[in-house]
Amino acid sequence: MVDYFMYHAWLIPLLPALAFGCITLLTKQWKWLSATLSVGAMVSGFVMASFVMAGVLQHPELAEHPLVYTLTWLSMPGFTVNAGIQLDPLSAMMLFMVTLVASLIQIYSIGYMQGEKGFSVFFSYMSLFGASMLLLVSSANLLELFVAWEGVGVCSYLLIGFYNHKISAREAAKKAFITTRIGDTGLLLGLLALQLIFGTLSISELAQKIPQYQNIPLLITVAVLFFLGPIGKSGQFPLHVWLPDAMEGPTPVSALIHAATMVVAGVYLVGRVLFMFATVPPVMELVAWVGGFTAIFAASIAITQRDMKRILAYSTVSQIGYMMLGLGVGSLTSGFFHLWTHAFFKALMFLGAGSVLLALHHKGDVWQMGGLIKKMPVTAITFMAGGLAIAGIPPFAGFWSKGDILDATLATGHVALFVIGAFTAFLTAFYIWRLIFLAFFGPENPENHPQESPAVMTVPLVILAALATVGGLVGTPWWDLWGRFIHFGAYEAPVANWPLMIGDFLLGAIGIFAAYMFYCRDREKVQIRELQRRFSGLYNLLYHKYYVDEIYMWFNHTMVDGVARLMYLFDIYVVDGIVNGLGATAIAAGAGLRVFQTGRLQNYALVFFLGVLAVAVLLAFTGPQAAWLVGGVR
Amino acid sequence: MSSVFQIGAFWLISLVIIFAAILMVSSRQLVHMVLWMAVCFLGVAAMYFLLDADYLGLVQIMVYAGAVSIMMIFGVMLTQRPDIRESLLFNSQLKLAVLVVLLLLVLTGGLTYQATWLQTGQAVPPNTIEHIGTLLLSRYVIPFEVAAVLLLVALVGAIVIAKEVKPGARSRD
Amino acid sequence: MPVPAINLTVGPTNFVLLSAVLFAIGLFGALTRKNAIAVLMCIELMLNAVNLNLVAFSRFVTPQLFTGQIFTIFVITVAAAEVGVGLAIIINIYRHRLSVDLDDFDWLKW
Repeated sequence: MVDYFMYHAWLIPLLPALAFGCITLLTKQWKWLSATLSVGAMVSGFVMASFVMAGVLQHPELAEHPLVYTLTWLSMPGFTVNAGIQLDPLSAMMLFMVTLVASLIQIYSIGYMQGEKGFSVFFSYMSLFGASMLLLVSSANLLELFVAWEGVGVCSYLLIGFYNHKISAREAAKKAFITTRIGDTGLLLGLLALQLIFGTLSISELAQKIPQYQNIPLLITVAVLFFLGPIGKSGQFPLHVWLPDAMEGPTPVSALIHAATMVVAGVYLVGRVLFMFATVPPVMELVAWVGGFTAIFAASIAITQRDMKRILAYSTVSQIGYMMLGLGVGSLTSGFFHLWTHAFFKALMFLGAGSVLLALHHKGDVWQMGGLIKKMPVTAITFMAGGLAIAGIPPFAGFWSKGDILDATLATGHVALFVIGAFTAFLTAFYIWRLIFLAFFGPENPENHPQESPAVMTVPLVILAALATVGGLVGTPWWDLWGRFIHFGAYEAPVANWPLMIGDFLLGAIGIFAAYMFYCRDREKVQIRELQRRFSGLYNLLYHKYYVDEIYMWFNHTMVDGVARLMYLFDIYVVDGIVNGLGATAIAAGAGLRVFQTGRLQNYALVFFLGVLAVAVLLAFTGPQAAWLVGGVR
Repeated sequence: MSSVFQIGAFWLISLVIIFAAILMVSSRQLVHMVLWMAVCFLGVAAMYFLLDADYLGLVQIMVYAGAVSIMMIFGVMLTQRPDIRESLLFNSQLKLAVLVVLLLLVLTGGLTYQATWLQTGQAVPPNTIEHIGTLLLSRYVIPFEVAAVLLLVALVGAIVIAKEVKPGARSRD
Repeated sequence: MPVPAINLTVGPTNFVLLSAVLFAIGLFGALTRKNAIAVLMCIELMLNAVNLNLVAFSRFVTPQLFTGQIFTIFVITVAAAEVGVGLAIIINIYRHRLSVDLDDFDWLKW
């Protein structure tokens, strides 16, 4: 069984793709059938992925020598693309995680999307997304990966704009697509450069060829271009602007695509080609700094936001920054460990937020919530489990993964980044528990009439909470199952760094305590309002997201529209001028020549004799060879 | 031709021809034009006689000085306008026409002057009319017959074109 | 160009020059006179110039063959026919337009 699925891992993306086809073409009118098809495909995928995972765990040598099987997709003289499946611990882990989280979220969606128009269409898009994402993580060839990359982008667009009667949703979908497009251009240029330089886009072949490449400056350019793709897709600064707006989509979409899976596609890509980045250390530094800066940037914005989903969105941007930081300092292990744990606790928190939104009729301002724990205990407790995980409290999952990243950062000598990472950890705990205390504790808002969500939604919450609790235990310093399988370079057995671990715990605890003091103890929240007033400049800057969106819109209007206006003027005056000028020239020429058309016989006769004169002069003075000019014989 | 009489006759007749032509082209009244034209034709006829083309000279007198001049008079008569005196003699392209004509004349004259002509010193046969008649009906019989047809066609055509159409008559098909 | 002092013979040159002058005068009249019949008459003048040329050449080059003279006979024939038809046309135009001023006849441009 295990071997069968190892060699037929292409079935894992195929089933959701077939579900998409079926739902779109055949079963759109039967909602329950569509949902069942979609969920069934993904759950089957999870079962198959479990077998693959088991197989990979039995063969640790796959880390260095992945199992690759392909078929020839394109074959032209000088350009051959073999597309297929590459199985190693990294892709197996991703397959397992994506199918697991996607299955839970799809089950949850049956409850959340109950009664919505377009129920079947939603599940068809979710299946298509699942197929694209699974193809992405198991690709053996970068071109195949790029196709899947674009596929997840399209699904993101479709799902963000799912409520297409709302202008804000349509605009957000466009913004997401266009912003990621900018990144994708860089990625495509990088791919082209790789094909031109190395003649192949197969990941295993590139892993052999790139480390030996000598022309470092060229490789730096290629790597930087390549990195633009992950910056866009994973929402790093400066292309992060689409992620918060993407919250316009339904909450399961936010959970699946913009927390657990699609946004981590960028991280996966960087991890996949880490051998290329490792060959050019300056670009690794760039990756680490982009990640670190984005982490603190987004966390600082998150502490002021009011909308529940937006806080979680900025949190996602920040946490992915952590993952990039981990990869940038050379630790594939820690980056992907955080990806694994983040998938669980972030998806959990998003689904919890969805549960709250459903109960409060999609009103998401945390200042208008309060005391929800009383009526929605399951949601609240699972959400708090996620909060403890993200804050880095042991034994919850986030403690181990975030600790790994900070450990790796310090161990490779990046002290400044370590400080940034540590401060961000404090901010993370603060803003998440600010959210929890404001929403679930405190006095209840009399306008709200919450009730707990149905079982189809709360059961996935519970499962995810369990995973958020124990999911990190695979990577502790005492049982490093994770590090043994997913590592870059030689495997180093981890050492328990007690000062660091205690420091991590303290950062998280202080963050939670500060949030408790401001938002729970202080029932009327006077102190925080006092702080807001005193630091109003800083507060406004953070609340308005550092005005990045405004800067981009200004650029758009001035530069793009300005150039467009110039082109318009050019078209009107120069191009049309030339064309109209041709017409005017013809008219003028005609008017000039019309003078000769008098219609009078004697005028014509005069011209005739002028011609005779000319011919006679020609013949008389230029010799006999001129005769052929007037039709005579030479 | 080298006898004094011939030379003198040539120059005299040339003067008559050119003088008559100039006066013809510049006379204001149409009838005067016709009369000067007749003088010119007679001059040309005299020149033919000088050139030993006696038959042709007679034909010239009969056809040109006779028939053509009378036809012109008829034309003038039938297209009379109240003021027979023309207000402007020449049209707007006078200067340009003078230029072109002078240039052509200079060119032709110059080229003629320096040309060497092929001359055979043969004598002209005495009975030209006999020879011309024979030639017309033997060597040049086809053009002769065609010319006859041409004259017929011209005759009929002129009648058709100039025929008076009575008001109320059917149009010819 | 050789300039003879006094020309004591009359040769082809003389006749060709005379013919050229006559042709030029006729051309001038044909191009500048306003009356249509005047133009017709000037055309006759041009034809006569040509005839003179032909007969002169016949006399000096092929007197036995009478080539130029036969040619001239035909030219006279055609010229006479042409005068007849031309006058008929002018009369027709005059009947319809009541004018024989060539400046008014500008229908060639349609």
